[in-house]
Amino acid sequence: MEIKILGTGCVNCNNLEANTRTALAELGLTVDIDKVTDPAEIVAWGVMSTPALVIDDEVVLSGRVPTARQLGELLATRS
Amino acid sequence: MPTTLTEPDVQRSSLRRWGPIVGAAVVWWVLYRANRPFWNWVVFDTAGMDPTSHWGEAVHFFFYDVSKIALLLSGVIYLVTVLRSFMSVERTRALLGGRREGVGNVAAAGLGVVTPFCSCSAVPVFMGFVAAGVPLGVTLSFLIASPMVNEVAIVLLFGLFGWKITALYIASGLLIAIVAGTLLGRMQLERWVEPFVFETKLRGKPIDPSKGLSWDDRLQMAREEVVSILRKVWPYLLVGIGVGAVIHGWAPETWFAAHATGPLGVPIAVGIGVPLYSNAAGVMPLVEVLYDKGVPMGTLLAFMMSVVALSLPELILLRRVLKPKLIATYVGVVATGILATGFMFNLVL
Repeated sequence: MEIKILGTGCVNCNNLEANTRTALAELGLTVDIDKVTDPAEIVAWGVMSTPALVIDDEVVLSGRVPTARQLGELLATRS
Repeated sequence: MPTTLTEPDVQRSSLRRWGPIVGAAVVWWVLYRANRPFWNWVVFDTAGMDPTSHWGEAVHFFFYDVSKIALLLSGVIYLVTVLRSFMSVERTRALLGGRREGVGNVAAAGLGVVTPFCSCSAVPVFMGFVAAGVPLGVTLSFLIASPMVNEVAIVLLFGLFGWKITALYIASGLLIAIVAGTLLGRMQLERWVEPFVFETKLRGKPIDPSKGLSWDDRLQMAREEVVSILRKVWPYLLVGIGVGAVIHGWAPETWFAAHATGPLGVPIAVGIGVPLYSNAAGVMPLVEVLYDKGVPMGTLLAFMMSVVALSLPELILLRRVLKPKLIATYVGVVATGILATGFMFNLVL
């Protein structure tokens, strides 16, 4: 699994990263998280509302920060 | 677990969802009504401070205002976030796509008010709009209206000055966004946009964050937003109210009346407001107390607009996509609009 977090470095982007890490740890997964901060690249993903979560080259979430539990459910269906 | 909910299940779960909200609304209302008598009782009756002394006035102002503004902010941000969770920049872009300038500017300014938008995503939004073919001037109308007519400013104005001043503020904020965006669009400034913006290709289907949310999701987002905004604004709020309390208690009425009512008041207010990095919550206590001391409303509205509409951090972010000449023109046009509004209100009000 490949995970990217798209965000220009705001508080919410860090929250999303932290929650994703928690969720991954709870699922017992070790996946590298790639942070994308370049606005041109973010927009190229079709994303305007940051932060966004990309799993295996698909944007699955944009513009909000779900809880670690909600992220866990999302990640479980993908792994 | 049953897969379909029976009638009593649905009733019980909606009671569990809305019950606490109705309860919180009642508590909010009682606290709001009790605020002044409560602090009168604490500061004057219990602590025994003299209501006519400088200290008494300042201390009472400080506690009363902190409580009032915190209550107003939490109540209204909660409500506004729930309503706004039905909107998104993705939806706004779809609504603006293919609109001509003129109608597009009006729509963009209006949508700027209702669309949830964080200034940290100003750059992706700018690029996303322009790359999708929304005209530059229309995009700028959106970016001007969004911070200027923001919910915090509206709530506080309404709470402190009533609906007339609030309506004037909203109308003139929208007008500035429409006119400034139209003017900037007419100036053909595309050459001052960094070229890579136009070369950005949009791939992938955008995800609309306003869709697929349950009521519980929306209510939870609203709770988080209240906490996050209060956490963000409280230092500004305390400083603003603190300075306000000092002015309230000590500054003589005649000083402001003599120095701030001249025609230079508006340009001075805008000159201070543009570089000042604060937000509506920090500025409003000052506006309130300066108004009491006789500074004209137009000057104060211009001050507030220049603080919230033109912020240095946002301009620095936008520098990544706009050349300095465009940023300077943008600031110049918006500041001129704010000046004109200030002068006009001082004449009319």
